[in-house]
Formats: sequence, structure tokens, C-alpha cells
Amino acid sequence: MTLEILGISVLWLFLFGYVIVASIDFGAGFFNAYSLFRGKQHILTRIIQRYLSPVWEVTNVFLVFFFVGIVGFFPKTAYYYGTVLLVPASIAVVLLAIRGSYYAFTTYGGLKQKRWTYLYGLSGLFIPASLSIVLTISEGGFVSESSEGLELDYWTLFTSPLTWSIVVLSITAVLYISAVFLTWYANKANDEPAAELLRKYALIWAVPAIVTATGIIVELRDHNPEHFSRLMDMWWLFGISFLLFAGTVYLIWKRRYYGLAFGLLTGQFFVAFFAYGISHYPYLLYPFLTIYDGFTNEAMAIALVIAFIAGLGLLLPSLYLLLRLFLFNKDYVQGKRDDHA
Amino acid sequence: MGNEESVFFSRVLTELTLSFHIIYATIGVGIPLMIMIAQWVGIKKQDEHYILLARRWTRGFVITVAVGVVTGTAIGLQLSLLWPNFMELAGNVIALPLFMETFAFFFEAIFLGIYLYTWDRFENQKKHLLLLIPVAIGASFSAIFITIVNAFMNAPQGFDIVNGQLVNVNPVLAMFTPAMPTKVAHVLSTAYMTSAFVLASIGAYRLLKGSNHIYHKKALMLTMKIGLIFSIATAVIGDFSGKYLAEYQPEKLAAAEWHFETEEGAPLMLYGVLDDGEVKYAIKIPYALSILAHSNPNAEVIGLDQFPEDEIPPLYIHYLFDLMVTIGMWLTALSLFYVLGTWFKMRFVSAKWFRWLIVLGGPLSIIAIEAGWWLAEVGRQPWILRGIMRTEEAATSSGQVDLMLLVFAGLYLVLGIGSFIVLTRMFRKNPVEQELADRELEKEGELR
Repeated sequence: MTLEILGISVLWLFLFGYVIVASIDFGAGFFNAYSLFRGKQHILTRIIQRYLSPVWEVTNVFLVFFFVGIVGFFPKTAYYYGTVLLVPASIAVVLLAIRGSYYAFTTYGGLKQKRWTYLYGLSGLFIPASLSIVLTISEGGFVSESSEGLELDYWTLFTSPLTWSIVVLSITAVLYISAVFLTWYANKANDEPAAELLRKYALIWAVPAIVTATGIIVELRDHNPEHFSRLMDMWWLFGISFLLFAGTVYLIWKRRYYGLAFGLLTGQFFVAFFAYGISHYPYLLYPFLTIYDGFTNEAMAIALVIAFIAGLGLLLPSLYLLLRLFLFNKDYVQGKRDDHA
Repeated sequence: MGNEESVFFSRVLTELTLSFHIIYATIGVGIPLMIMIAQWVGIKKQDEHYILLARRWTRGFVITVAVGVVTGTAIGLQLSLLWPNFMELAGNVIALPLFMETFAFFFEAIFLGIYLYTWDRFENQKKHLLLLIPVAIGASFSAIFITIVNAFMNAPQGFDIVNGQLVNVNPVLAMFTPAMPTKVAHVLSTAYMTSAFVLASIGAYRLLKGSNHIYHKKALMLTMKIGLIFSIATAVIGDFSGKYLAEYQPEKLAAAEWHFETEEGAPLMLYGVLDDGEVKYAIKIPYALSILAHSNPNAEVIGLDQFPEDEIPPLYIHYLFDLMVTIGMWLTALSLFYVLGTWFKMRFVSAKWFRWLIVLGGPLSIIAIEAGWWLAEVGRQPWILRGIMRTEEAATSSGQVDLMLLVFAGLYLVLGIGSFIVLTRMFRKNPVEQELADRELEKEGELR
């Protein structure tokens, strides 16, 4: 394995981690706002608050880790994506700020305002939408390079069906991932009504999620034939992913083994996410930038890998402790303990 | 929008984000240490008041951390969005500490979540205190790594440029620049100092507003002592920073001190105004600049005459320098008088006017932090990477920076007002007397 591939694999893995933990966070916020809107808030709020409050900052770090890491391993991305993404990334930051301030002001600060809860809920849909634009741009065709620098063609971007399919996929995936996880969590918390409601959400969002994912593959055929043909070479991985999807839906439908169902879902997204990533290889940005010409020098790459391994040695036990205390601790999950400062 | 405008707005937006972020970042680095000290004292002395102090500080702290996470994410992304050419170059040489910073913060965030939600979970209070140590270490190391990047911008090393190509990159050498020791020490000690004075300011304010509870007096004494220690440390480190500048960035020192002509036995200019290139109304301390720069009253100090016109930082940084140093001296004196006055039971320490001065110390220390960072950043101009890359070469060519400036200005306004309202409300609604009484009741209930 070359250093280039090692670097991008590590980053892709962290991005996958972000997709899963952030989806849970985003979707939960949306369900929370929706149930407030429907006047059923008492069912969900407690479950959502108990899980999310201690872990949201950790979620955010996954994203920071990704964008700091990619500039470290592939400094040229700072030039290409940095120049092009000023507006979309700034919008995403503002939306992330809304979420952060919801935790700061409402959860920690005790400011109970419906307006914040709605804003928080909606930001959970808009953030994946704005971040997913990056994936669309990476497919090429929206950026032009001239003597004056790089230019993003907003008109082509926002009139492309590919853009909107990826946006829809990001939203449906967020709601689906979140609903499956929270069904499991509510079930662990012995909260029957919440688990039933979330199970319903999970089943509702399963179909749109898989349909839009398939639709994107079809659209890529016209938009980026090179990428499409590489995707097709990887058909068997998508097949595995689909089987895992079917398994999740079956278990949720039968109200059995919710924990295993979430495990299968993670597997489904893991396989699909990596199949997509591998087929994207070697491009970071079609057709300007590959992982080879964008790579940092060898000394820096080795230093980053060493730092990464050392950091992971510190991080994994800490993450395990966090999960043990808040996810796998029965008393905490069932609300028998609070212990907040 | 032409490129000149992009550069201008990129600078304004970066300055705005950093100026806002640094308030939360400084508090975020310093307060965990304060909480740790209070909780430790509480456990040692078996004094409920100190433990409650730690607990209430924690509640406020998480709000500032949450806002700091948000603004920190913003500046992290803005570095690439506004300065893509700089990050492309810097990514090759100084990515390592940036990368490690995310680990440090990761570590802090995980343990902060745990610490926050496990008060009362342990029989043994010391175990809970142990959970705070990674928070404090993570916070301080975040500051260390980020300051290392800033030090690199001031004194870049660890690479060569041959025919426009970067070669011989040494990431470790790039981290340990000559600017690094003084800068890191200065950032850490001022973060602790500022946090102490901000907390002292809150305690003094409660005492002024009618509460005469011993809890606030204990809080005040503890924070003023810590403030005194770190302001003395800051003064010592400041002296080393002067020597660093004289050696490696003489133009920054010369501009900050309005030292125009290279000379031996240089005097130090304090205050004053610049009128048509002439210094007026300044206090001139003979030989002091030579002592600051080289510990020798007769040493030669390089002046601005040694540098081409277009490599000299703006001269207004002298005012920032004066502001920072004056506030630092003032707070050292204030905390010294408070601590001595309390030991010798002098009456002025509990006088209204003196407590108002302590209240003022919180905002003043924040202003000093701002002035210090403006001095550090403006004083490096026209360079973004001293001697290698000019600021205007680094900026984005995007035409929408002005719009983003408005968006972020609105965001920071909302965050700033929001955090202020929430913090004051939180402590006003649950005053310490109330909480102490509640805890007393709870305990009696358990005994019965």
C-alpha cells in the first residue's frame, strides 16, 4: 500500500465515521423538532437528549479531523477546494453553528425556546445537503480553471439533476440511519412508545434512501462515464450492501434484534461508502486533481501517519469509555441516573 | 470584485473570526485549570463551597466551550477557504501540529462529555477529578499546537525552497521554531491569567450586588491568587518575547516600540502619538529598550531604518503594545494589592471601589488578549509567512468574500449576545445561596 492510498483510506474512514455519528445527530434533531410540531414531543425528547448531549462535540471533531487531515495529506486540496467551496462551506459552518448554539443555549443553558428547536431540527437537514455538494463538485464538470483562478459554475451546479439527487440521498440517508439507531436506543431504554414511533420512521425512510442511492448511480452514467464504469466494476460490493440493507429492514420489520439491525446498517453504508470511494480513485477532483499529484512530501506523510497511530492509541480507549458510560450503561440509558453538573 | 478587494475582505473576515474566537478559546484553555484547582482544594479541605464553585464554573464553561467549538470550526475551515495558497504551502510543512490539535481537542471533548455527566456518579470524589485532567491537558495542548503553527508563520523553518519547489521538509524542525517557546508560554500563561481575572470579576460582582456570602469571598481570593501568579509569569515571559523579537523579528519589535534608528543604548518609548513621523508626548525611558532586547543597557537595537519601506509593519501596533502591557501591569498590581491587603486584613480590599476595579479586571484582561493578538498578527505584516509569502499572495480569488463577511458578522453577533444572555440568566436564576440550601435539604433527606 502506498502512502497516498493509506492517507486517503484513513481520511475516508473518518469521513465515514462522521457520516454515521453525524447522521444520528442530525436526524434526531429533526425528529425532535417534528414531534414538537406534532405535539408529541414528550415521547422523543428525553431519549434524544440523553444520547446526544454528551457526544455532540465529539461528532463535530470527526468533521474537523477530516478537513484538517485532508489538507495535511493533500495540501493541493486547500487550493482547489478552498477556492471553490467558500460559499457552500461557509453556509455549512453557519448551520453547524446553529446546532452548536442549540446545545449551548438550550441543553446546557436552559433556554427553552421553540424557535431554537425548529432551527436546530431544520439545520439537521440543511447541513448534509450543503456538505453533500462537495461530493457533487468532486465529480467534475462544475469547476473551470482560467488565468484568473478557479471558478465554480453555480448555474450548472444547481440545475444539474445529479446535485439534487445527491442532496436528496444525503437527507434520506440521515433520517434512515438516525431512525434505526434511535429505535435501538429507545428499545434499550425500555421506552416502548418511543421505540414504536422511531421504528415507523425507520421503515418509512428505508425505501427513499435506497431508491435515491440507486438513482445516483444511473445519473453518473451521463455525468461522468469514467466514474460510472468504475462503479460498475464494483457491482458486487453494492450487491453486498443491498443484502445488508434488506437484513436491516427485515429485522426492524419483525421487531427483532435492533442492535444487530443497526450493525447491519453500518455495514451497508460502510460497504457502499468504500465502494464509491474506491471507484472515485485516483481522483480527488475530476479532472484536476488526483491523490498522486496532490500528495504532500514523504517526510510529512510519515509524520502524519505516526501522529495518527499515536493519536488513535489515545482516542480509541477514550471513545470506548464514552460509549460505555452513555450508550451501554443501563442506568444512564434508562434515565435512572442524571449526574449532570 | 478585484483581487485587492478579496484580500481586504479576507483579512477583515479572518480578523473578525479570530477576534471573536479568541475570547472563547482563551477561556476554554484557562478555565479547566481553575475548575481543577477549585475541586482539588475542595476535596483537600473537605469544603463544600469549593466543590460547588467547581461545579458552577463547569456549567458556565460548557456553554463557552460549545460556542468555542463552533467558532473554532469556522476558523479551521476559513484558513483553507480564505487563504488557499497559504494553506497549500503550509500544508506541506506545518500540517503536523494542526493535525495533532484535532487529536488534542478530540481527547478534550470526549472527557468533557464524561466529566460533565458524571458529577455524583462516583463515591470517591477524586475519581471524578481525575476525569478533568484529560480535559485540562487536551485544552492546553490544543493551544500549544495552534500556537506552534502561529510561531511557524513568524519564523518559518524546516524546509528549503529551490527553484520555487519545496524540498528537504522536516515537519519536526518546523514545529520547534525560535518563536515557539516564548509564544507558547505567553499564550498559555495569559489564558490562565485571563480566566482567573474573568472569574474573579464575576465573584466581585456578586459581592457588590448584595450577596455577602463567604462562598464568593473564597472564590475571589482563590482566583486573585491564581491571577497574581500568572500575571507575574506573563511579565517574565514577556521579557523573553522581547529578546526573541530583537533577535529574529527586529522589524516587529522596532515597529511596536517606534524605534526608527538603529542605535546603542536605545530608550523605550511608552505611549505618545505619532505626528508626521515624529513621536510626541511619549514617556522615554533611557536604555530600557536595549535592556528589554538584549539585557544590556548599551546593546545595539536594530531600528526600522534597516528595512525596506514595503516590509515594515503598520506603526499603529505601538498603541496595541501599550494597551496590552498597561493592562498586564495594572492587573498584576491589582491582584498583588488584593492578596497582600487580605493577608494583612486591610480594609480597602472589601471597599466598594476596589471591588469595582476587580469587576473591571475581567473585561480588561479580555481586551489585553485582543490587543496582544492584533499586535502579533498585524506586526507580522506584510507577510503571512515571514520572508516567504506575502499576505496578498495568499488570499482567495473568490469574489464572494464580502458577502461571507456579512454572514459571519451576523452569526457572531447572535452567538455573542446569546451566550451572554444565557450565562447571566443561568446564574441569576439559581443563585449560590439557593443551591447551597437545596443541597443541605437533599443531604438531610438522605440521612433520614
